[in-house]
This record gives sequence, C-alpha cells and structure tokens, in this order.
Amino acid sequence: MIHLMSDIELVGAPAGVEGAGFFATSLDKAVGIARANSLWPLPFATSCCGIEFMATMSPHYDLARFGAERLSFSPRQADLLMVMGTISKKMGPVLRQVYLQMAEPRWVLAMGACASSGGIFDTYSVLQGIDEIIPVDVYIPGCPPRPEAVIDGFMQIQELVKTETLRRRDTPEYQKLLASYGIL
Amino acid sequence: MQNHPVYTDNDPQNELSTLNLGPTHPATHGVFQNVLQLDGERIVSGVSTIGYIHRAFEKIAEHRPFYQITPLTDRLNYCSSPINNMGWHMTVEKLLGIQLPKRVDYLRIIIMELARISDHLICNSVLGVDTGATAGFFYLMEQRENIYEIYEEVCGSRLTTNIGRIGGFERNFNDIALRKIKKFVKEYPAVLREFETLLKRNRIFVDRTKGVAEVTAEQALSYSWSGPILRATGVDYDVRAMNPYCSYEDFDFEVPVGEKGDVYARFLVRNEEMWQSLRLIEQALTKLEKEPTDIFHADVPDFYLPPKEEVYNNMEALIYHFKIVMGEIPTPHTEVYHSVEGGNGELGFYLVNDGGRSPYRLHFRRPSFINYQMYASMSRGMLLSDAIINMSSLNVIAGELDA
Amino acid sequence: MGKITNEELLAKINAKFGDQLTVVGEPFGLLTLETTRENISGILSWLKTEPSLQFIYLTDLTGIHYPENAGKEIGVIYHLHSLVNNVRIRIKVFLDEKDIHIPTATTLWDGANWMERETYDFFGVLFDGHPDLRRILNVDDMTAFPMRKEFPLEDPNRVDKKDYFFGR
Repeated sequence: MIHLMSDIELVGAPAGVEGAGFFATSLDKAVGIARANSLWPLPFATSCCGIEFMATMSPHYDLARFGAERLSFSPRQADLLMVMGTISKKMGPVLRQVYLQMAEPRWVLAMGACASSGGIFDTYSVLQGIDEIIPVDVYIPGCPPRPEAVIDGFMQIQELVKTETLRRRDTPEYQKLLASYGIL
Repeated sequence: MQNHPVYTDNDPQNELSTLNLGPTHPATHGVFQNVLQLDGERIVSGVSTIGYIHRAFEKIAEHRPFYQITPLTDRLNYCSSPINNMGWHMTVEKLLGIQLPKRVDYLRIIIMELARISDHLICNSVLGVDTGATAGFFYLMEQRENIYEIYEEVCGSRLTTNIGRIGGFERNFNDIALRKIKKFVKEYPAVLREFETLLKRNRIFVDRTKGVAEVTAEQALSYSWSGPILRATGVDYDVRAMNPYCSYEDFDFEVPVGEKGDVYARFLVRNEEMWQSLRLIEQALTKLEKEPTDIFHADVPDFYLPPKEEVYNNMEALIYHFKIVMGEIPTPHTEVYHSVEGGNGELGFYLVNDGGRSPYRLHFRRPSFINYQMYASMSRGMLLSDAIINMSSLNVIAGELDA
Repeated sequence: MGKITNEELLAKINAKFGDQLTVVGEPFGLLTLETTRENISGILSWLKTEPSLQFIYLTDLTGIHYPENAGKEIGVIYHLHSLVNNVRIRIKVFLDEKDIHIPTATTLWDGANWMERETYDFFGVLFDGHPDLRRILNVDDMTAFPMRKEFPLEDPNRVDKKDYFFGR
C-alpha cells in the first residue's frame, strides 16, 4: 500500500479567503509565516550551553526541521541572536557590537541560566544577565537546558515572529525599549 | 574595545593586514581572540587574548563548601565534565584520607573513560568539520547522545553532570545503566571504524593535516604541555600511568604516542585513545561482576550524606546530616595537590585547606590554559587555514581556558 | 612510585642549598620547601638542569594570599615534576605586600609565561624579567587584584539583590 500523504506536518496556511486559483490573506500573516519558518540564527555560543546547542542541531533533536538550517555567523545576515552561555563583562561590549550590527527585524534568545541572569556565577566578572545590555525576547532557563527546552524556546520565538506587525521597529514601545538600552 | 598590543612597528610600509580572529568566530570553538598580522595568507605574528568567559571559579570556590564546588568543576572542561567531577572528589578524598571500595573505583573508571571518549569524539569530528568534512560530525554526535543517556541514568543530567559524591556515588548504577553501558561498548566500535574510514586515510584530510604545526618534544615540555597533544610529540606522559589513581594500576591499557607532533598525529593519538578507553571500560565491566553489587560509596558517615529514610527515622543519621550540611565537621589543616588525566591533559587541583568547610584556596591547574600559550608563537609563519586547524587540534575548551 | 625517594631528594637539595631553604613538610607525599626570592632562581635552575634530578616539567605556578602574616602576605607556589624520576616537589616563596617582586621563571620554562600573568592578574605579583606582564583573564582596565582576600566575590554595583530578602 502506498501512503500518499506522509505524517510529517508542514506549516499550515493562515486564515484567509480561498477561491479558484487565488488565496487572499493579510500581508503580515503571510510575511509572518515566511519569517518564522526560515529564521537564520546566529549561534553566539560561549560555553556549556553551546555544546547543548550542538546537540540540538544534531540529527537526534534536529533544529533544522524548524527552518533554522542555515546558521549565520555573520550578524549582518542573521535574524535571531541566540546567546548561549555565560557572558562576562569583558565579552559584554562584543555582544553589544554584534547586536548592533544585526539588521531589523531581529530577535534575541537568551539560552541558559547564565545568559538569562548570570546563572550560578554571581561574581564580579560575570554580567548578571544579557538583558543588562541588549533587549531579550525569549529566555530559556536551564543549566544547560535540555534540547527539548531549546526547541520550545525557539518555537516561542516563532510565535513572536508570526504575530509581529510588519514594521515593529517604528512602534513607540520598541523605540522606547531600545532607547532605554542606549541603542538608537 | 580592549587595548591589546598589536605589533605595528615591524610594518613601516603598512603592507601587512590585520585580521581579528575575534572572540565570536565559527572556527574558534569557544571565546578567545587572536589578532593576527597577515602577509597575504601567511601569518606574520599574532597576539592571543583570553578571559572572555572568566567566571572567577577560584574565587567562588573559597565561598562554597566542598560538595558545592562539584558543579563548578563541571563547567571547567564541559565536554567531559565527569572527569573534572571525579578529579575533585579524589582530591577531597585524598585530603580527608577516605579509602574507596574497589567497586566504586571501577564504576568511576567507567564513567571517566566514557567522558574521555565523548571529549575526543567532539575534538576529532570537529577537526573534520574544520577541514570541510561535516558528515563525520553528525555520525559521532549521535554516539554522544548514547553517552548522555548513560549519564542521565546515573546522575540525572546530560552535560554538566555533577556526578558522584565525596566518597562514592549518589545512587547505585541500576540495571538500565549497566545495560546501556554494555550496549554502547558493543555498538561504538562499528561507528568509530566507520568514522575512521571517512578521515584516517582520506587523501584530502591527510594532506591538510600531515606536517602542519609540528612540535618537538623539547618545545612541548618547555611549554608544560600535557595530554594527547604532548603524547603526539613522542612523550609518553599520562597521569593514569605515571601516578595512578582510582585503581588504574589494576588495568591493562596502552598509552598511544605519536612521532612528529603535527595535527595528524594528534588526531591519531586521540583516535587510538578512544579505543583504549573502550578497552578499559570492558575490563571494568568484567571486574565489576566479581564485586558485590550493592556497594556504591565508602563508609564515611562524616562526609557522605546518609539516605533520607534514615535521616527521618534515626537520630544518629539526623545528627550526621546536620553536621555535614552545616559544616560542623573539622577537616585537616593542610594542602594537597592531586591531578587526573583530563581530556586535554593533566587536570590538577591544588587545595589549601584551613580546617573549615570551604577551601582557603583552590587552584585549578587547567590543561587548556597551559596548552594554549604556545599558539601565538606556533602560528608564526603558518598559512591561515593551517592555523585554524592547529587551533582545533589543540582542543581548547573555553571554560577550562578562563575558569 | 618514584625512582628517588623524598629523603634522597631532600639530601641532595640540602647538600647544595642547605641554608637557603626550609622544609615545610611532606603533605601527602609531596616534599614542600620554602625559600626566599633571592634564592628561588638558583634553586629552580639547579633543579631543572641537575642530571640526576631533571625537574624539567613545570606543572603549576600560582599564588596565595595570607593577610594575617605580616611581611609575608603573598605567596608564590611552584609545582615541579621530574618525568624521568617520577617525583614531584613544591616550592613556596613568600613576599611582602609592599615589595612584591620576584624573578621570573620564563627563562627556564616557556610555560611559565601565562601562569605568571595569571598570578599577576589575581594577586598583583610582579615578575621581574617577564616579557609581557599584563592582565590575562580580567578586564584590562581593572585596578584591583581580585583573588586577594579583601576583594568581594560579588559585584558591588548590583541593585537587585536586596539584603533584606537574603537575610543579610
């Protein structure tokens, strides 16, 4: 017996009006789906969470299923900055520079306890959370978080990406948030 | 940014270009920086900057009791955290004079050799990725998942394991764990042989790595190198053989040694060490069958927490629990240095104790830190692509580099 | 174990440097000696080059801070290893906080370079003759030496850890 339809779920179409030869929906829904399922992450891996990210990219957990196949190490071409691992005060300016080099629309994912809040390293040399220097969209707790948790965090980013208006960068809330970090 | 010295006085005509192989770079496996001066593709000079993930482990350790330092040691060489954990436990056991039953030693050897295999497989497969062969990486990372499952069975965690306690293990290895270990030992050889067919005699890989970054034994010893990269130069210094710990003297294993110290030799030494680790695990499994199956820790009520059922029902256990957790048990006022063979070399713990429940001073002798010093002077005269491969073969783990 | 026992090792060292060092002890089988900064270079180079000993491997170089020992607050501790004879030795040198110089070991072992930089970074020990003595792990513009006992572990500028909630 030949199975005509496999059991792999593809991304469903958004709500819209369908007819013979056309499909009408709103532009931001279509763009949202396109963006969410083809995010280019920048793996900013500093320590142990980076190894768990390697395990998430590996065939066993496979983050590439969600569209994050092409890792970009250049911030100019990346959508999602995944900060994985402890950021020390020496690394802070480097992280900020990488964030500033990313073009809009950009999202930030803080993976692990160290990136979210400093983790177990409450010391003079560790930045107590990257949200002291850049705005963060999703935090993934864990030390290190399991690959399932990383995928869950990534899916939450996808939800954020899908439901964002087309030009978030012009909204007053976003402008105020960036101004509070000193980013113009 | 940081004010790091860049040699500009050797370039009056401004013909050389400066390349910042910066803290964030896909090829540097971890956060460390090399500012290189290039003449075309050839490196003229380089300056290394580290400390981008300095988390002040040694300072934290002065404020934590002994059993709370184990999670810190996890995050030194996080690719093989059980070795760090066991090394720390052995240091404290040496300080306190705790003798372990043989079964605990054999279980520790199994866990440490599994960790060594997982560390070497990352290094070798990533060396393949850096030369362009990504397939081997995906094959071997799947095996790392099998090792993670064994850790999960024993301690609950995958990567930063915090495995074991001072005096033994927190729980006995159940049947599932032993079954998984036996399955791993049976299945891994085939995968490793398949990986070897991809790279070991691959014309491209051999041309890329043979003769690159040759190091003599005298240079390596002068730079205090240790581990597989030292053994690749011809010096057979392995802490397990020279200063045996944890019953390694009862086991029969070889220490693979290379000749020229180039990147290909380091790859082969690590590969052969994985085979020797498998041999050690098999011997340990055989030896385990002769030991009674219910011992998993030493009988030291002063330092090993009693089981919770006894704490709630037995007065003596309650008192011991209180004393251990509140740190009321005096410890010797002395100093100890103990080293184990980590994935990258001699991982040493220098513990100076003042009788309390936290160390007075704890210093980690970190092999990645000491091995990496030579990198800048080694890269002089090398092509940039060779320097990248050299860096991968040194297996510098950022957590151990900066501590 | 080793081909040379600690007694033989101590006898050889005493024969050459009898009055320049004191024996601290043998904790856990590791012979521990203490000496002064004037004698340390001579002792280290003799230990490295003496054919019957050959302490060619510098295992570790680190520091320690005892604020109560007036005049001998900062210690520099060397761990050496003779691979041929399989014997280790530990040598300590104590320095006054106000005059914290000691000759460098980089002339003997290249590997001492970063180890001394780390000791300078953490304790402020100045190694005379070091080719490039600057901070290695901490930020370059830091002025204090963090591993000294008076330096706090936590960042003093944190505003979110209220003492009230932590029982301080």
